[in-house]
Amino acid sequence: MLRYVFRRLLTAIPTLFVIVTISFFLIRVAPGGPFNQERGLNPVIKANLERQFGLDQPLWMQYLHYLNNLLHGNFGPSYNLPDFTVAELFKVGLPVSIQVGASALILALIIGTVLGVIAALRQNKGADYAVIATATAGSTVPTFVIAPIYQLIFATTLALVPVATWGGGALVNKIGPIITLALPQIAIVARLMRGSMIEALRSHHIRTARALGLSDWSIIVKHALRGALLPIVSYSGPAAAALLTGSIIVETIFQIPGVGRYFVEAALNRDYTLVMGTVVVIALFTILFNLIVDILYAAVDPRVRYD
Amino acid sequence: MAGNDNILSVENLRVRFHTLDGMVEAVKGINMYVKPGETVAVVGESGSGKSQTMMAAMRLLASNGEATGTIAYRGANLLTLTKSELNEVRGRKITMIFQEPMTSLDPLYTIGNQLMEPIMRHRKVGAEEARKEAVKVLKLVRIPEPERRMKSYPYEMSGGQRQRVMIAMAIANDPDLLIADEPTTALDVTIQAEILNLMADLRKRLGMSMIFITHDLNIVRRIADRVYVMKLGEVVEEGETRAIFANPKHPYTKALLAAEPTGHKEPVPKTAPTMLDGTDMRVTFKIGGGFLAGDPIYLKAVDRVSVKLRRGQTIGIVGESGSGKSTLARALLRMVPSEGAIHFDGRNIEKFDTQQMRPLRKQLQIVFQDPFGSLSPRLTSGQIVTEGLLVHEPSITSKERDRRAAQAFTEVGLDPANRNRYPHEFSGGQRQRIAIARAIILKPKVVVLDEPTSALDRQVQKQIVDLLRDLQQAHNLSYLFISHDLAVVRAMADHIMVMKDGRMVEQGSPEEIFDHPHEEYTKRLMAAAFADHAVA
Repeated sequence: MLRYVFRRLLTAIPTLFVIVTISFFLIRVAPGGPFNQERGLNPVIKANLERQFGLDQPLWMQYLHYLNNLLHGNFGPSYNLPDFTVAELFKVGLPVSIQVGASALILALIIGTVLGVIAALRQNKGADYAVIATATAGSTVPTFVIAPIYQLIFATTLALVPVATWGGGALVNKIGPIITLALPQIAIVARLMRGSMIEALRSHHIRTARALGLSDWSIIVKHALRGALLPIVSYSGPAAAALLTGSIIVETIFQIPGVGRYFVEAALNRDYTLVMGTVVVIALFTILFNLIVDILYAAVDPRVRYD
Repeated sequence: MAGNDNILSVENLRVRFHTLDGMVEAVKGINMYVKPGETVAVVGESGSGKSQTMMAAMRLLASNGEATGTIAYRGANLLTLTKSELNEVRGRKITMIFQEPMTSLDPLYTIGNQLMEPIMRHRKVGAEEARKEAVKVLKLVRIPEPERRMKSYPYEMSGGQRQRVMIAMAIANDPDLLIADEPTTALDVTIQAEILNLMADLRKRLGMSMIFITHDLNIVRRIADRVYVMKLGEVVEEGETRAIFANPKHPYTKALLAAEPTGHKEPVPKTAPTMLDGTDMRVTFKIGGGFLAGDPIYLKAVDRVSVKLRRGQTIGIVGESGSGKSTLARALLRMVPSEGAIHFDGRNIEKFDTQQMRPLRKQLQIVFQDPFGSLSPRLTSGQIVTEGLLVHEPSITSKERDRRAAQAFTEVGLDPANRNRYPHEFSGGQRQRIAIARAIILKPKVVVLDEPTSALDRQVQKQIVDLLRDLQQAHNLSYLFISHDLAVVRAMADHIMVMKDGRMVEQGSPEEIFDHPHEEYTKRLMAAAFADHAVA
């Protein structure tokens, strides 16, 4: 098992290298640069700035330079937020995004699984239709609609929570963003869970369990649910990587100082180093969570063995 | 006749299913009884309602199913018990084992865990005692090293062993009645014989009754005291096993008994030209390997086997699953990479690439076992049959193609008017006819028949065997007939090869192989397949 983890981490290195290389050149293909502004910068100042950040050198030199820095853990300075390095921005923003994202994910996994199981057990009855209808609605209504509705009801009308503020991360400020992020995930998990649970309940070994007179609890929880969880486990890997690295919409609407907005803002501003930093962080999360999923898989299903 | 000493009595049982096409009645008011210590066989073909009768007794019908009438266990109607009362009977007094040993155990728990659960539930004992009991039962079903096996997962065991574990779970609480739904159908003949012996032995030892659902008359003759013959949801005949076999009354029973494959094929003359000739054939599969994954394992699926198939000849290749018989046939058709020279019609095709093989494909056809999976559900039967013509005779007009399709349909005994229908509108036997039509429309010289009758009921099987014989006569075809069903092979082939673990164990004429086998393995195989007298 340890050998397997080690091997997977080793293979992550070439993967990251390819991602970094492609992203580095792709963002440079986009027209403009970090110091092109609408009003136009004094050419002398612009040249000075570019020299300071090494942008006047040939592209391949810049690439090698960036790789070298990256190997030493240096993500470089942000071009548009010149008071901060990219690493500093992530140090502040990432914990915020992780807090909100992880809470949303855990909430979604618990509620989604329960709803999915209930729907499967009441297949083609009232409760099932209710869950399916809600889930379909949940996955079709976009977050930028859910969030304002939440603000309208709970902040403006009922005045139970603030409209949009972080304020040091008090719980009351986090409810909105967590719910907004969780709702579509609940819908997806519930539908996945319903499908795989229905299939599990139809399988031959469940028929065996019934023929042996086992209790409903044992049949549903011990024999059907465990196997039915596997698709949820697979889904939660990429979902975790996406949720924990923040969402621009939720962070903008609720004024949260996370890292989700960097990806879009930095790309628009041609803030090359910040874009690269975000790419590396998301890639690392994706690789890491997929590895965790594969390890969890082996824990659930004894047929899966790594060596 | 249904006295009070019956373990189970079924009265006027009806089973209905609500489907999109309306109500379907699967069981139409049947009566049955089982006495203590008795083994009763329920015989019938697919769709006869034999399984649904027993599923109704166990209250395991699909959610759209509904049973009316009475199924009484020692006087209590199982159909009206509450769920908790029912679960006192299921798994304790009446238990059931199923046809699919590979999937009937929970893949995520150890054998021990799954065996202990019903013991703890029904006998209200602790884990320690349940464990001792479980080991005892595993010994009873003759699982080697039961202590160690308790920690095994189902995927670590063979089909036969899994079926033994299923039996162990079923008898662990010393039931009055064991219902077995085709428990040996999915197993190889030698394993089948072992399981049947085991069950007969356990029945005697534990003094329980047994209901045996099967379509295999050999098994009935071997194991049952009494027989019910079912057809289309009704019991058409019942009686003592001996009486039914000696003197069947109902025409359907007679037809079932007559459906045992018979016949004999004359050998081809020594001068008949060789069509397909494989010398020292070897097929090796590589398992594992790759980046940082350690050394791969090489598996010899076919190990130095030579085959010489003459014009008009039928070579039967027999062996159990994993013996390499299908792989050998596919290698001969160049469908899997192999080593060893292959001559077809005098040409060495061993080194031919896909391009070079294509024109020859038309003469080397194959018919597969699964008549459901091997036909595209998106094409009409006519399109399926003529698909090969599009590749091999692209110049003919669509009118001519249609004429050829109609001709092929007629030749395999299908109504040409049905060629615009889709595969799901045909029965299993008809689908196999479509698959055969697809092969012969190209006027092949060699046809590989890979278990073409194994998924079919006996009566249909016989019709397909007759059809294949007629086609061989009419077109002077050469067949490679792969099967684990020795009765069918005996009726079809004039030369037989016995394979085991990728090697050829023995070959010869049917008389030599069936009546005077030399090798120990062949003898065992024959004993398992043709021991048709009761063991109990």
